[in-house]
Amino acid sequence: MSARDDILSAVRLATGGGAALGRSAVARAFDERLAKPTANLIPERGKGTPAELLVRFIAESEAAAATVARVAGRSGIPAAVADYLAAHGLPRRVRAAPALKDVPWPEGIGIAVDYGKADADTPVGLSCAVSGIAETGTLVLPSGPATPTTLNYLPDVHIVVLETASIVGSYEDAWSRFREEAAGGDFMPRTVNWITGPSRSADIELILLLGVHGPRRLHILLLDGQDA
Amino acid sequence: MDATSHRFRDNARHALANGRLKESLASFTKTFPEKRQKVIDRLPEFDALRDEGVRIKNHVLANLDFYLERFEAKATAAGAQIHWCRDAAEARETVLSICRAAGARTVTKSKSMIGEEIAINEFLESNGVRPVETDLGEYIIQVRGESPSHILVPAIHLKGPDIAQTFREKHTALPPGRALDEPEAILREARTVLRGEFLAADVGLTGANMLVAETGSIVVVTNEGNADLVMSLPKVHVAVASLEKVVPTLEDAATILRLLARSATGQDITAYTTFATGPKRPGDPDGPDEFHIVLLDNGRTAMLGGEFRDMLRCIRCGACLNHCPVYAGIGGHAYGWVYSGPMGSVLTPSLLGAHQADDLPNASTFCGKCEQVCPMRIPLPTMMRHLRERQFTTGGPAAKGRGALKVWAFFARRPALYRRATALAIGALAFLGGGRGRFRRLPLTSAWTGPRDLPAPQGRTFQALWAERRRRKP
Amino acid sequence: MSSAAPRVGFFVTCLVDLMRPSVGFAAVKLLEEAGCQVEVPAEQTCCGQPAYNSGDRADAIALAKQVIAAFEGFDYVVLPSGSCAGMIREHYPRLFAGDAAWEGRARKLAERTHELTAFLVDVLGVTGVTAKLAATVTYHDACSGLREMGVKTQPRRLLASVDGLTLKESAMAETCCGFGGTFCIKYPEISERMVDTKADDLIATGADMVLAGDMGCLLNIAGRLKRKGSAMQARHVAEVLAGSLDAPAIGEPGRTS
Repeated sequence: MSARDDILSAVRLATGGGAALGRSAVARAFDERLAKPTANLIPERGKGTPAELLVRFIAESEAAAATVARVAGRSGIPAAVADYLAAHGLPRRVRAAPALKDVPWPEGIGIAVDYGKADADTPVGLSCAVSGIAETGTLVLPSGPATPTTLNYLPDVHIVVLETASIVGSYEDAWSRFREEAAGGDFMPRTVNWITGPSRSADIELILLLGVHGPRRLHILLLDGQDA
Repeated sequence: MDATSHRFRDNARHALANGRLKESLASFTKTFPEKRQKVIDRLPEFDALRDEGVRIKNHVLANLDFYLERFEAKATAAGAQIHWCRDAAEARETVLSICRAAGARTVTKSKSMIGEEIAINEFLESNGVRPVETDLGEYIIQVRGESPSHILVPAIHLKGPDIAQTFREKHTALPPGRALDEPEAILREARTVLRGEFLAADVGLTGANMLVAETGSIVVVTNEGNADLVMSLPKVHVAVASLEKVVPTLEDAATILRLLARSATGQDITAYTTFATGPKRPGDPDGPDEFHIVLLDNGRTAMLGGEFRDMLRCIRCGACLNHCPVYAGIGGHAYGWVYSGPMGSVLTPSLLGAHQADDLPNASTFCGKCEQVCPMRIPLPTMMRHLRERQFTTGGPAAKGRGALKVWAFFARRPALYRRATALAIGALAFLGGGRGRFRRLPLTSAWTGPRDLPAPQGRTFQALWAERRRRKP
Repeated sequence: MSSAAPRVGFFVTCLVDLMRPSVGFAAVKLLEEAGCQVEVPAEQTCCGQPAYNSGDRADAIALAKQVIAAFEGFDYVVLPSGSCAGMIREHYPRLFAGDAAWEGRARKLAERTHELTAFLVDVLGVTGVTAKLAATVTYHDACSGLREMGVKTQPRRLLASVDGLTLKESAMAETCCGFGGTFCIKYPEISERMVDTKADDLIATGADMVLAGDMGCLLNIAGRLKRKGSAMQARHVAEVLAGSLDAPAIGEPGRTS
């Protein structure tokens, strides 16, 4: 027998599996759940009005050592990036997600911007999140042709664009948005990165250090409007 | 790693004599429980979430074949290749053959308990493939040639100067005069060295915190972001996971994620939580060309059918270690294998065979703290007691005092005889005490009087005095 | 009190019986003052926990049957030990799970079994005692009492009513002292580290005396305190609550009259 058959029959032997009473009911219940996803208990901190969720998202992401700046709309992104880089004396070289190609970078802003996946020496990554989860201040970044995942990890500085309207309460809400977008099709991107604050470790004497392998800084640009 | 669980007593003695370890453990066993408590105080639903987690896991375990098949179907549809492995040897061979097919010389790894369990590093190394640990703590102990002493903080037994010294010996290409006094400097050096490894690796090897049947995704959590570089930079990604990691839906994964980091490090959530589903897709600028998932049994199906099924709910958070007063005394290495603390005391005998780890289930006071903090409400003391019961009949440390226990039970089961015998013995012992109140040593009691004095009995038994009182005032 | 007085079967526990009967009399005094009619069945020896925790199910079951038979007739069973009370309340029903003849009897006994201070406060509604003690004390929460029987606030509530007494909490009050029944002699080096940590934590409070509700922990803690040359005294909480302080503290010299 193959290892697969061996293992599955050992599981069935141990659980009364396959032929067990109620097995078809389990399969039916599972398929029904997939057709109409149901959440388990969602804590109160994952619920609230949009205004409450916005406040909580900012508080939680800052508690996780991210920084947040409010920006009026997409056209405000370049200036917000410039301000942040200048304030912290960071390199003015940005690799952005192709999804942000519509953002107009004014001449003379003094930042070199290009698009694509990150290289080993990319100093600043600029990417966009599809949701922000208020309950823990978590950003949701799916992979895709216009959203390379390496931008989230290789650069020392990670700047993420998030529309205020995309802030949701809970993890479950974030999954609901994926399912709604896909409208019944396969909704799962190759990779979904949940990011909560910058890279960290306490492996040396329990001292918290930032920027171990991923970014040392995580800066969130909250877009309050949709203008282009 | 070679298990030394059968040498637990020697290991423990060795650990207790290590002053630096004592210091590390003291700080660690204070910090982690405090952080956990603080973060749980902010989540009033925590206990209700534990109940949900238990329900999800119990449901999966009762229907494990069904969810494994569903997971396999979805993962395969997304382009992943599933490899079922009965034991560690099959898993090692599978990983090696994937590496060979990829022409791999270097494999980057993120921390994986299954990787430790199947001893993949030693195996790859002896077959000409160089594994590089990328979790900071794992990397440190890898270059020292040690094994992890804690599942979350592998190098908890080390201090900054130990690590600096190791780096100087290992990173010989760097200037010898460089400063490595600050933890930050050690971190920068590790980051620089490992950045090169990430980019050069041909295969990336990770574990998986969960497998999602709904989507065929693996879930991997880290704080460093190393797993994401391991998963997305090399052209081949291999994830090794044991069978019980499967959960039905993304919602179920969300519930368990709410428990995991809070119980583990006292964070609401780790910095990075990644759901990976199949290899690179058309148009993707990055990601691996191949995505392999090794599904490992290695003793799980045997546990599933017996009295240790509850143990398969374990999500490897480490809360039981962090709160265990025995672990606080001896650290993780004493347990002699991958899994330490209370969870190790149940898992190691179950996975390695009871006689490889006879002492482990006995080395507990049953104080109950582990069960109290376990997010999955695993009855760890009850399972250790089951292991002791087995030993009592088949031999092992639990049976060691069997003769004395049987003599005591003989009397205890005969109350009248017991009253007479104990009254005599206690009277004699009190006489020996001679009013000094305690013994510094006494024949046959060295295990007690080695570490502490033995308070002397007051002289008469309560039963005898009570009988007198009854006679005086009926 | 009249015929309405609850009939309490007092299970003295083997360690109190053999090592420190004064604790048993202090407990009886507290129960009688609270209006109970206390009886001590002669057929009691040990609850069977040492056998149970050593994997010796057969002897554990035999002893449990003996205890059930001895204590069946009482309104309540009270023990000056959270550990032994926990054995009866939490573990007897498990020992007899599926045993038609004994499971019901075990459950009935379990429901009526209480640790001393929890019984006084939770069942009898006692809010205070009349004892006096001008001292600073600290309290060690014995593991089984705390986690199996929910004993935490009850002894503290009663201690708060002791005239002159100040309670100073230790940082690690809920951490195991390393006794663990046979654990302390099977793994003496590990137990030593645990009880040493415990002793240091208690000493750091600066209290004159450590109290607890279990003789096992107290023998271990007192033994280590004395070995370290500490002047801190150790007593069972019942002795302080009953004002029964004639006997020397645990491990202290002097004879009990």
